[in-house]
Amino acid sequence: MQQRTPIEEQIDLPFVESLRISFQSLKIRFGRSIITTAGITLGIAFLVSVWTNNEIGLALQESGRQSTINTFEETTEKGISTKDIWLIVMSLIVCVVGIANSMLMAVTERFREIGTMKCLGALDGFVVRLFLLESGFQGFSGALIGALIGTLGAVLLGLKDYGLDLFFYFPLFPVQPEDGTMRLGVIVVILLGCVLGMILAVIGSAFPAWRAAKLPPAEAMRTEV
Amino acid sequence: MADIVVKTEDVVKEYRMGSNILRALDGINIEIERGEYISLMGPSGSGKSTLFNMIGALDRPTEGQVYIDGQNMSQLSQRQIAAFRCHRVGYIFQSYNLLHVRSAHGNVTLPMIFAGIPDRQRNEKAEQLLDLVGLGDRMYHLPDELSGGQRQRVAIARALANDPSIILADEPTANLDTITGREIIDLIKRLNTDQGVTVISATHDLKMLDVSDRIVDIRDGLVERIRNRDEIDIEVGEVGSEGH
Repeated sequence: MQQRTPIEEQIDLPFVESLRISFQSLKIRFGRSIITTAGITLGIAFLVSVWTNNEIGLALQESGRQSTINTFEETTEKGISTKDIWLIVMSLIVCVVGIANSMLMAVTERFREIGTMKCLGALDGFVVRLFLLESGFQGFSGALIGALIGTLGAVLLGLKDYGLDLFFYFPLFPVQPEDGTMRLGVIVVILLGCVLGMILAVIGSAFPAWRAAKLPPAEAMRTEV
Repeated sequence: MADIVVKTEDVVKEYRMGSNILRALDGINIEIERGEYISLMGPSGSGKSTLFNMIGALDRPTEGQVYIDGQNMSQLSQRQIAAFRCHRVGYIFQSYNLLHVRSAHGNVTLPMIFAGIPDRQRNEKAEQLLDLVGLGDRMYHLPDELSGGQRQRVAIARALANDPSIILADEPTANLDTITGREIIDLIKRLNTDQGVTVISATHDLKMLDVSDRIVDIRDGLVERIRNRDEIDIEVGEVGSEGH
């Protein structure tokens, strides 16, 4: 059997090309992208509202204000109560599970597309990069919207509890009170929410995308969801 | 000496189904010459699609070797396999496998993007290819807006994007009506004769018989027999007369 020209190595694609393909995919799949993003938005909104609410509560306690509504004894305690920690941890879990689930579903239903791209000559790394870009963008925008909604919710709740005093003592920036604890402030909470949403979305999609990209194309295309 | 483009040596493929092992290919040895039109025929579950996947480097054999253009496929790196799929082979599938988020034009340009062909050049080439398959006026439609036959034409144009030397077609007519199927077969045959592309097609469509140079009958993961063109002509005559 004669030896023909040897098979060359596949080239890496410029980053701009990946960016273009991933944005096009998000745009055309807009409806589906919105649903996935909504999952992220909800998770982060819940987390940020609980967290901000807590920050507001602490800031007003420190200012010596009592809630205008007679609440339970935890408002008279100093620092974060067990119930608040419990709420934050719970909302964090709900957020992680919700986002991971949205991303897993969104990638799994695209296994065939991944297989097809590999048939056309895509490198495994390129496929993973596409999904990272898409999910990173979805994660960030979803989380930002979620964080803003969450903050708004917490502010409305705060208004109900503390009235307009809320705005005099609003914990916008981080402060370090004398007792040595750290108050993050609402801006940092929003930022953390955005970063967390993005990281979770990226991890949630990178894992299944990487798994699908590693599969031989025939197997990826056979996968039924 | 014949110019062999594809050669398989004792190719075995096993699938693990829970505790059972299914032997889809049981030692396949075939040689395919450059420029041939080969049909792999056999009933569902005979292993023809599995063999198709082995030849196209879409799956790895459990045992045995596949040589393409003299290269042992099992010795290629990931990057070489990707380049092989990109440049040497064009795939056509039963279910078209178009990316439904990309227009017909976008689907045809994708393999050229992977090949690193500049923007303008690939746009022109995609337009030419879509013209060639008769879709010049529907270039920017999404696959969902096209009929089955039109989608398969897009898939054919996409398969041709990087001037492959081999076209692999897995049941390309199975989802199409008789007339559209015939048109698709004629189109693939024309590429075979005009451009000298080697065509390897897994099929159980009898219409594929009279365009094939050779037919490889696969049964239970083995090559049952290989029929040549002259033997086929007689049988097609019989098939044709039954139809009238």
